[in-house]
Amino acid sequence: MLSKRIIACLDVRDGSVVKGVNFEGLRHAGDPATLADRYNREGIDEVVILDVTATIEKRKALADTIEAVAREIFLPLCVGGGIRGEDHAAAAIDAGADKVGINTAALSNPELITTLAKRYGSQAVIVAIDAKRENNRFNVYVRSGQQGTNRDAVEWAMEAAERGAGEILLTSIDQDGTKEGFDCKLTAAVAESVPIPVIASGGAGSFDHFVQVFTEGQADAALAASIFHYAEHAVSDLKQHLSDRQIPIRLQKPRPITSQLELSD
Amino acid sequence: MIALIDYGAGNLTSVRKALSYLGATVTTPRKPSDLTSASAIIVPGVGNFEVTGAIGPDWRTAIQRHIACERPLLGICVGMQWLFDGSTEAPSHPGLQLLPGLCRHFTDNLDEHEPVAGEITTLNQSSHFKVPHVGWNSLHLTRRSWLLDGLTEGDQVYFTHSYAAPVTSSCVGVTRYGVEFAAAIEQGQVGGVQFHPEKSSDVGLRILSNFLHRIP
Repeated sequence: MLSKRIIACLDVRDGSVVKGVNFEGLRHAGDPATLADRYNREGIDEVVILDVTATIEKRKALADTIEAVAREIFLPLCVGGGIRGEDHAAAAIDAGADKVGINTAALSNPELITTLAKRYGSQAVIVAIDAKRENNRFNVYVRSGQQGTNRDAVEWAMEAAERGAGEILLTSIDQDGTKEGFDCKLTAAVAESVPIPVIASGGAGSFDHFVQVFTEGQADAALAASIFHYAEHAVSDLKQHLSDRQIPIRLQKPRPITSQLELSD
Repeated sequence: MIALIDYGAGNLTSVRKALSYLGATVTTPRKPSDLTSASAIIVPGVGNFEVTGAIGPDWRTAIQRHIACERPLLGICVGMQWLFDGSTEAPSHPGLQLLPGLCRHFTDNLDEHEPVAGEITTLNQSSHFKVPHVGWNSLHLTRRSWLLDGLTEGDQVYFTHSYAAPVTSSCVGVTRYGVEFAAAIEQGQVGGVQFHPEKSSDVGLRILSNFLHRIP
């Protein structure tokens, strides 16, 4: 059975994880590769690096970060934030990203979705949608949630899928940072309308919020950042919690990695 | 020397990184004759089957010769699909035809294949399954295999694909997603995986390690 995915988001600025990472036992708490390695050992299913600076001069730092994380973990890796065009996407993929997340650029130039899907395959193209409840609908916002677009999130998600997006990363602006739970109505509205997987984001504050978004919200995957940053073993505990509630999930089994040399007879 | 075939099917960074992590030396052959000195071949691949059209006749012959010499080969994702007769995704591009059967879209019927012992014959088709099939799914081990050695029943691996290969006698690992499809195949020294071992954490590294162990 296909498992529901738990995705950790690393908000990265100038090569460091931001959003107040604060936990004990790590020498480089803000180092993305160290954090990704810890999540991997706890059984995270996927990692998203979100570049929150995303200015032109910082893109080299981003490439270094992607390379460092890709060296540590053998998991799907998505990179988003400030990907304005094909060149930015190519730089992220060349550095080791498996998927790129595009948001503002996809809305202003929807052709970019198709261009990237043709070049790298649909599985490599995630369209990120930031939505906010307004007048009984879900309005799409761009520029990190600063600018409304008068586009309906459900309708835009459907268009993105038709144009070749492989997944939708759906963030509720209303819920983001509140720790009050995902917007399950928004998630379900999009998940029911598109033939591609939907990743829910924004509002995770408790393990039961994940249960809700996978059942009521019909999400295929759920993304969070700070809930994982602060607590030790949060990923493995969350997965056990979900598994106990009959939600299909991948549970990490400790397994020593046998190197080629050790395998030799 | 392990030859990683670069035919323009996505980036090879992840596969190369995983192999070098396991201590293997990987090169990208420039011309078909480079394969004569290869101890093993990896045919990676992601995206559309059509890209396999870039593996020209000379490359095919060199790869077939490598297989005839009983040297190991691993096909990953589209690289595994290419070992079959072909795919309905790109009907004008034949596969290597090492294994019988056509790869089909998840929404097509996958059940036109030779039945294997113990296989469920009534496939549970459902329109509720999203395509592409993205994420971690379970492997059901169907027989003893060098490729999947050390794995346990139900181990999960990372998939991302819309087309899938039929379950035939070469199948060593089956996965169910609406239909049952071949997740891993093995024939002699040739192995193939529909999923991405380079993205499947410890389980995936074990599979790559098993392949490396196959190299004399």
